[in-house]
Amino acid sequence: MNKIASFHPGLWLALAVVAAIGIWPIPAQDAALREVSFTVLIAIVMATSLNVLMGYTGYVSFGHVVFYGLGGYVGMYLLNDYHAPLPLAILAGGAAAGLLAFLLGKAILKLRGAYFALVTIGVNEAMRTFISNFEPFGASTGIALQFSVYGAYGGAKQALWVVYYTIVGLALFGVLASYLIRHSKFGLGLMTIREDEDAAEVMGIVTPNTKTLAFVASAILPGMVGVLFFFKNGNVEPGDAFRLGVSIETLVMIMLGGQGTVMGPILGALGYQRLRGFLLTSPIFKNAQLVVAGILLLLIVLFIPAGAVGWLRQRFAWLRKVLA
Amino acid sequence: MNPGGILTSLMDGLLIGVVYGIAAMGLTLIWGVMRVINLAHGAIISLGMFGVYLIFTNFGIHPYLALLLVALAGLLFGMLIYYITIARVINAPYLSTLLATFAINMIFIGLGTAVFTTTPRDAGFSLGNVSLGPVTLQGTRLVAALVTLLVTGGLYFFLYRTRPGKFVRAVANNRAAAELMGIPSARILALSFGIGTMLAAIAGGLIATFFSFNILSGDIYQQKSFIIGVLGGLGNPVGALLGGLILGALEGLLPLVMPNTWVPVIEFVLFIVILLVRPSGLLGGKSE
Amino acid sequence: MTHILEVDRVGKRFGGLQALTNITFNLEEGEILGLIGPNGAGKTTLFNTINGVYSPEEGTILFRGKNVVGHKPYEMAKMGMSRTHQIVRPLKDLTVRENIMAGACFGHENHNLLAAGRIADEMMGFAGIKAKPDQLAGSLNVAQKKRLEMARALAAHPKLLLLDEVLAGLTPSEIDGMIKTILDIRKQGVTIIMIEHVMKAIMNVSDHLLVLDYGQKIAEGQPEEVVHNERVVEAYLGDPNMARRLMEEA
Repeated sequence: MNKIASFHPGLWLALAVVAAIGIWPIPAQDAALREVSFTVLIAIVMATSLNVLMGYTGYVSFGHVVFYGLGGYVGMYLLNDYHAPLPLAILAGGAAAGLLAFLLGKAILKLRGAYFALVTIGVNEAMRTFISNFEPFGASTGIALQFSVYGAYGGAKQALWVVYYTIVGLALFGVLASYLIRHSKFGLGLMTIREDEDAAEVMGIVTPNTKTLAFVASAILPGMVGVLFFFKNGNVEPGDAFRLGVSIETLVMIMLGGQGTVMGPILGALGYQRLRGFLLTSPIFKNAQLVVAGILLLLIVLFIPAGAVGWLRQRFAWLRKVLA
Repeated sequence: MNPGGILTSLMDGLLIGVVYGIAAMGLTLIWGVMRVINLAHGAIISLGMFGVYLIFTNFGIHPYLALLLVALAGLLFGMLIYYITIARVINAPYLSTLLATFAINMIFIGLGTAVFTTTPRDAGFSLGNVSLGPVTLQGTRLVAALVTLLVTGGLYFFLYRTRPGKFVRAVANNRAAAELMGIPSARILALSFGIGTMLAAIAGGLIATFFSFNILSGDIYQQKSFIIGVLGGLGNPVGALLGGLILGALEGLLPLVMPNTWVPVIEFVLFIVILLVRPSGLLGGKSE
Repeated sequence: MTHILEVDRVGKRFGGLQALTNITFNLEEGEILGLIGPNGAGKTTLFNTINGVYSPEEGTILFRGKNVVGHKPYEMAKMGMSRTHQIVRPLKDLTVRENIMAGACFGHENHNLLAAGRIADEMMGFAGIKAKPDQLAGSLNVAQKKRLEMARALAAHPKLLLLDEVLAGLTPSEIDGMIKTILDIRKQGVTIIMIEHVMKAIMNVSDHLLVLDYGQKIAEGQPEEVVHNERVVEAYLGDPNMARRLMEEA
């Protein structure tokens, strides 16, 4: 934070990790590796964006997936019903998510602590049940893309790579944004709110606006990623778009890596998804995947609540410069 | 729609509402005493369902007798959960308890899915129907409502007339002060968590006598418990029963005027609005 | 002389409890007003009412010529009012430097991070904080936390500074150091209201005293007059000998 122009090892290390994950499948054009990286990158975007609200601002949301789901739906609707080009659909998905956060923000961010967490569960369920009834979005059956839509991107196979390159870009952008926010005046305001919201108000932070801005900032990328995921998937349904479990998994990733740091959510997302991938494919754990994940989460919560990166930063002060 | 039909819908709704109420009572008791939102509540409800179902179908023990066993198991199990996990994070930021209880939920649901799969189960138990004038009611539901009222009465007797019950209320009111008075707060917290768990297990057991279910079904009742909790005021057991009745009545009557699938939309919007306008609950006394 | 703050017949209720009744006083620019009274007299409530944490039901408060009743604390901060809290509220997981920077960034001068960093470095010396700038604020001792709280409030370059018991819990030598700092602040032209129980300090430092009891103003004036005022002696000191002792100390 000291010198604007100085070398930022924390940023470069974070970007390098994400870039490495992103580039890994590209030289060999390996579709299986691509799927692995794709899942990890989506998790990185989700965790990094939620971290702005949870890690920097101190508001724990169980409804992060709402933005992903709504963005996905808006994008799919435009792609399917209006044959909108993918970039436009992605932007529209992000805008819709940001708009929802803006509209909700002032109202629900009044609630603190567990009440905020509860209302976000309510928002997620209200959205899911509403979309299940909303005819333009296909009600309970959702929206399935016609195969011809992929023609514009050189067929389905090519389209998958287009989606992949886009997600790599979004993940890099997300990490950059997370770093810039953390080291900005806005970020200092958010962390002040996290530490003591009443004191923050007395110090002159316009808390309702600052919190709403953080909420909007955390919503946009999930909205964009939702479009990519469901475009790749070919269809979107209410149950997939607004799965409460996704929000909670994202929280787990942040806890695993360390909340409030830039690197934490990246490592948490990578660790969680790799572990999950291993459990799902392992013959022993295939059926016990949820159990193992639950035990892992419990152990983190009980024994290292600061997460891996937080723990390292506490233990080794010199790491604070590198692990931003 | 004839008046008899409306009345039947309303009665059906109220009877199931009472059972929702007892599930919510467990959630709200735990919140009231220790400020923990128990995200394992749904999993416990599911386990309660399986408990009654398995004891009944495997050993032929009458479901209501099975319910007694399930209740006792729920109490002990809840206390065990408390000592192993919650006790360690009870003073940590609320995120810790949320995630700890969610982790427990994941473990139970994961184990349950592995053991029982997600195939729907049905106890195939019936007590026939009871007709009162134009209203026809399922016997099992009627009994479930009666059991619930009995349990609620018992809970009240416990909280207001017994020594440990008074300790529970004292700890809920002000844990630090209670400790200064020499109340063993650790044991009381464990007992409260046990009772909350027991109520969830009873709710699940009762539901298993008239609905089919699988390991994931508890989740729906957990969400209804949240809605009822804010309706009646989190931390207020009588409010939970009233909240359950309100929700039951809504579920009985709303489908008469709108498609069934819109009912949950209304419920969750109601949930959000009440939390925003009156976080202490529609029927709750003290404001936050 | 211009009044920086005019409090006129202010009343504040909490349910059935009348916390403040008919409080009226003016504050001139550049003076130090000492606010004293027994515990529960409403001193901190008066601070909270002045800086917008509470909104009074009755009366008006003019700050720098503008009626500020109903303003939020952050609006008051932006207008040039800073305060410290009776129980210090450091931003524990932020560094000492970041704590002070936050004060400079969001107060009424709205500095950017670069300027705020410079102010923070300056304030660390001025407020006498003997800690590394990148030490976490949560790790400081009480005296250092009090100085940090003050540095954070000052970093906003306020026009009016509300100090809530900054001397409580300090050792005599720490108190002397803090008094020097307060007088230095006044030299920079900052108006100060301070709540204090350490009588010797407040008698020495204040230009005026205002005494509250049961939410009412019972006396106001020069420190020497006030401590001889019978109502004050009765209500606050309880014991006439105490007043004499105080005067001797002062």
